[in-house]
Amino acid sequence: MKFFPLFLLLFFSTPISTRANPIPDSLATLQAVGPEGKGNTEAAAAWKELTDQGSEIIVPTLEAMQKASPLARNWMRTAIETVFRRELDAGSDLPTKAIEEFLSDRKNEPNARRLAYDLFVEVDPDKAAELIPGMIDDPSPALRREAVAQLIDQGKGFLKEEKKGQSVSVLTNALDGARDIDQIEEIAKLLRGDLEQTVDLPSHFGFLMYWNLIAPFDNTDRKGFDEVFPPETEINLQSKYQGKEGKEVAWEEYSTSDDYGMVDFNQPFGPIKQVVGYAYTEFDSAEEREAELRLGCKNAWKIWLNGELLFGRDEYHRGIRIDQYTLPVKLKKGKNTLLVKACQNEQEQDWTVQWQFQLRVCDSTGTAIHSTDRKPTPKPNAKPRRRAAE
Amino acid sequence: MKFLLPIFSLALATSAARADWLNFRGPQGSGYAPEVSGLPSELSDDTLSWKVSLPGRGLGSPLLIGDKVYLTAASGPDQKQLHVLCFAASDGSPLWERRFWATGRTMSHKKTNVAAPTPASDGDRIYALYSSNDLLCLNLDGDLIWMRGLTLDYPNASNSLGMASSPIVAGDSLVAQIENDSESFAAGFDLLTGTNKWKTDRPKAANWTSPTVLKMGENEVVALQSSKGIVGVLPGTGSPVFEYTSGASTIPSSAAVGDQLYIPSNGLTALSVTADGADPKKLWNESTQRPGTSSPLVIGDKVYIINNAGVLNCASRETGERLWRIRLKGPFSSSPVAGADNRLYVFSEAGIGQIVDLSGEEGKVISEFELGATILGTPSLQNGALYVRSDGKLWKFGK
Repeated sequence: MKFFPLFLLLFFSTPISTRANPIPDSLATLQAVGPEGKGNTEAAAAWKELTDQGSEIIVPTLEAMQKASPLARNWMRTAIETVFRRELDAGSDLPTKAIEEFLSDRKNEPNARRLAYDLFVEVDPDKAAELIPGMIDDPSPALRREAVAQLIDQGKGFLKEEKKGQSVSVLTNALDGARDIDQIEEIAKLLRGDLEQTVDLPSHFGFLMYWNLIAPFDNTDRKGFDEVFPPETEINLQSKYQGKEGKEVAWEEYSTSDDYGMVDFNQPFGPIKQVVGYAYTEFDSAEEREAELRLGCKNAWKIWLNGELLFGRDEYHRGIRIDQYTLPVKLKKGKNTLLVKACQNEQEQDWTVQWQFQLRVCDSTGTAIHSTDRKPTPKPNAKPRRRAAE
Repeated sequence: MKFLLPIFSLALATSAARADWLNFRGPQGSGYAPEVSGLPSELSDDTLSWKVSLPGRGLGSPLLIGDKVYLTAASGPDQKQLHVLCFAASDGSPLWERRFWATGRTMSHKKTNVAAPTPASDGDRIYALYSSNDLLCLNLDGDLIWMRGLTLDYPNASNSLGMASSPIVAGDSLVAQIENDSESFAAGFDLLTGTNKWKTDRPKAANWTSPTVLKMGENEVVALQSSKGIVGVLPGTGSPVFEYTSGASTIPSSAAVGDQLYIPSNGLTALSVTADGADPKKLWNESTQRPGTSSPLVIGDKVYIINNAGVLNCASRETGERLWRIRLKGPFSSSPVAGADNRLYVFSEAGIGQIVDLSGEEGKVISEFELGATILGTPSLQNGALYVRSDGKLWKFGK
């Protein structure tokens, strides 16, 4: 009887934040958030419990991001930054060494490592600056960016001093490391300009330049997006089909020399409207592996890998950019087939003429993955090749 | 009982005195805040209270709650870093910041950006929506309450030009229009958990307009505008209670006053609506009153619109007849706002703040001030002060 009241006293007088380590449970709760708001209520309580702790939560929470969804990572990020800011402002001890070790381990989750870097900059800016050059081949694109930016500045400096050889060397290294489009474009412009260098951007990005095209099928009233035309059920490049208005259509070879791999249906088929076109190519992978297909397209589109529909989107003429859509896939070792459906609608404004897409194969950092039989990039200004009329 | 009564009275008094600015275009989402007085009659360095730098782009308006200013922004090469910022209204000092990684697409037209929607609040929590369809709820101290990644849940819900519709709190729901050419919907979210209370398909067409709340006695109805017209829905269930099918703009939003709605539709159309399922009654239509990007503003017995030529038109609220017009220095993306002082405030895209005195027979520009930055966002008003933001700065004018 004497023990029981003492136990109760201890239980109720102990603040939640000092109970036996609540961090693992809180992190597990955050990791469990799911679609459509699932787990939000529990996550809010766990977030509060975490942020009531001190700086000891920072590194375990960074580590928990490895197995977290994008949503869960955001819960964790705000918890870390909330505690970090409070403890920094209070002048408390921070786990600087452990944060640096987490940052240095390239196996850790890329976003978490970038966050660790941001924290590290605040506590040891000089040491953080020393780390930047070594990030040029970092698996985290956000960290690479820092190193690339430093090399771009160096390259510009050499160029200004008319040390062209050194500028080329530095900027070439920068291009090798660069994964962000704005940096790649800036480097290519510098190299191709006063430095008069050749830059193979399609190869750098991993754009697919050689295709077979077939068109036009009917997209009157935008119904072609859902309609299944023959290329969706069989790929036979020798076959001919009945296209729009009963006209015979056949596959044509096509290549693009565009820096950003633009496949332009208007080139072989003309600026026609209310039509569907297909593009087919093959990609030989050196191994079975995870990869990303990154597509840009301002027409309605669908895409298939090895006959499996990956995604489709029925938006027309709202804009196009490199890596507009990212599709995680698994490549087979050897031959993989890729089919893209691009639909053109009825709009007549001058900004609705485009009937095109661009597709590249890369890893999750944006590093190009090349087909084992990748052909040389077509020369700029080369006319698109078409199959000779039979 | 004697103890509770003073506390209750104090709470009511505090709430009434605060006159917070809780969403896009303030009270009812209509731009007019009659309880806000003492606003500056001049925009100048003399009336500039403070300005602060912002860490990222944005054109959503500031929320003004109590003595704090809340704002969103987006930064990084692809605007994938989302910010919620809190400043002290008194001196602009930063109080807290929360950062998130966007989980949806961040592509937008270069003129707009990922932090285009204005957040909403119920006075206790901030609900921040971004063009990436990330929807966050924080309490006023910055504690994370819930988070949704609407593009994770609904993968084709996006607009490659960027989304800009601002959510609004009505009843016990947060109502948002996630409307685009593909997976287009509107939804009511539980204020405390972020789960869907309802979700309804919407026309498959890009739409940047924001929901507007009609207050009819005890009832609240949310007007959802699109190219098809307007549907009035109950905020708790999404059930439709009226429909107007004559089309409407997809850029400027409607203004609500009580049970009346002023819609950018075939020029400007005034409707009287009910929550009992009856057809709305058209009060008038005026084809010459055609709002450009700015949304209309209703003050007393007059309605104001700014057309694409930068001309401010004043019309009779009763008939739609034009009473006067003056040319302002446009063009405008920002919408006009007004407090109790018979003055209209609007900022041009070139960053020229303009005050129009509405007290005379015709409007008169009484102050112009160049901020030296592009201004696309609508200002917010509270407690004798005006707040406006650019991609890089937040300004407070007035006391």
